[in-house]
Amino acid sequence: MASEKGVTLLDFWVSPFGQRARIALAEKGVHYEYKEQNLAEKSDLLLKSNPVYKKIPVLIHDGKPVCESLIIVQYIDEVWSDKSPLLPSDPYQKAQARFWADFVDKKVFDCGTRLWKLKGEEQEAAKKEMIEILQLLEAQLGDKKYFGGDTFGYVDVAFIPFNNWFYSYETLGNFSIEAVAPTLVEWVERCKERESVAKTIYDPKKVYEFVGYLQKKFGVA
Amino acid sequence: MQHRSHINFPQTLIHSQVKMAEGDLKLLGTWPSPFVLRIKMVLQQKGLSYEYLEQDLKNKGELLLKHNPIYKKIPILIHGDRSICESLVILQYIDENWSDIGPPLLPADPYERAMARFWAAYIDEKFVGSFWGILKAATEEAKAEKIADSFGVLQQLEGVFKKCSAGTGKGFFGGDTIGFIDVTLGSQLSWIKAVEKISGVKLLDKTKIPLLMEWEKRFLAIDFVKNTLPNVEKVVEYGRLLQATTWKVTPAK
Repeated sequence: MASEKGVTLLDFWVSPFGQRARIALAEKGVHYEYKEQNLAEKSDLLLKSNPVYKKIPVLIHDGKPVCESLIIVQYIDEVWSDKSPLLPSDPYQKAQARFWADFVDKKVFDCGTRLWKLKGEEQEAAKKEMIEILQLLEAQLGDKKYFGGDTFGYVDVAFIPFNNWFYSYETLGNFSIEAVAPTLVEWVERCKERESVAKTIYDPKKVYEFVGYLQKKFGVA
Repeated sequence: MQHRSHINFPQTLIHSQVKMAEGDLKLLGTWPSPFVLRIKMVLQQKGLSYEYLEQDLKNKGELLLKHNPIYKKIPILIHGDRSICESLVILQYIDENWSDIGPPLLPADPYERAMARFWAAYIDEKFVGSFWGILKAATEEAKAEKIADSFGVLQQLEGVFKKCSAGTGKGFFGGDTIGFIDVTLGSQLSWIKAVEKISGVKLLDKTKIPLLMEWEKRFLAIDFVKNTLPNVEKVVEYGRLLQATTWKVTPAK
């Protein structure tokens, strides 16, 4: 790839993984070009930048692509290290942050997908699991301002994009997140006060519409 | 079952190692797990003394459940009163907490670090999906698909190694010394060979992946690698047991 200077983000509006990158870039005050991708007809640039998985987000920095959202966030944190550190400097605190961000990765999206893709008993099981996941995260947050402690950090970036999907999870699963994890909801409100989150947030009702489109596409009654 | 593994800590380093005063190191694991083997390799590379505790996953002990309540899995590194879980998280912890001893596991450049993290995650995902997939396949078609996938993975890694070492003449993905990708891939070697023996497919073929096979020779020549990787026949036996009991696969032919 020609070494064009600058930062480009290949992304898709509703992706919580893409939003992680957008939030991290905003926290660091990095100017970048946002390129919305058509995932039904993947662009040459996307296929060239992420030949292994052909997925978004992809961060292209001075012509070099970085893939996988948490790897992108760590990259952003390490390159633009002079401002708003996302990972703590202590190795053990870092390990904790990586563990919990990975937990969000392994659990939230998959369980959420099962909530809209499945029906009946299987959907009920997914709902129970989602409640457990949210309560585990709430327990990890404890009485801290953010998952990172006093400062907004890596786990906060990893998890906050899923708040746009909470309305969908609640509606599909017929439960209230505030009822099962009230401290988490307070944390969401605190995060939304940050510019980086406020300006990258998108309408939960639009997400729900998108879920409806996915359900039709996958033939979910 | 407990196995004490004392690697003598070099005398010259003892006085400068304030960090070791923070507590003993214990590694909870099972002998065939590549996720555990890589931790052993890196601890030895750093010259860190640790106690290895073999776990019975059918009868999980208190220590395991206490230190990994979320997943109840191994490996777990216990450092004093700290618990660290997930192998790639553990590797980075060791690298960062003891950054002043031994060669670094991850490179200094952020882009190179991102690449190392990407390929390590890829290796782990593909190992479970493709290589073990060969052993788990219930039909010949499924098996053939997984075999094709596995060849694809090795070709991909051949390309990665070519890029990593291009023009540098360096022996490992990490350069002159083994790094993140080396231990992640290298810890899978006994299993890959066991899969070959059980399935009858030659995956590690120097006509197809010449650079990786040269890398493998260099990797296996390292003392702490030799001491750590389990005997392939033992892994074959274990793999066949998993097929019969956990995966309930009747191997064809």
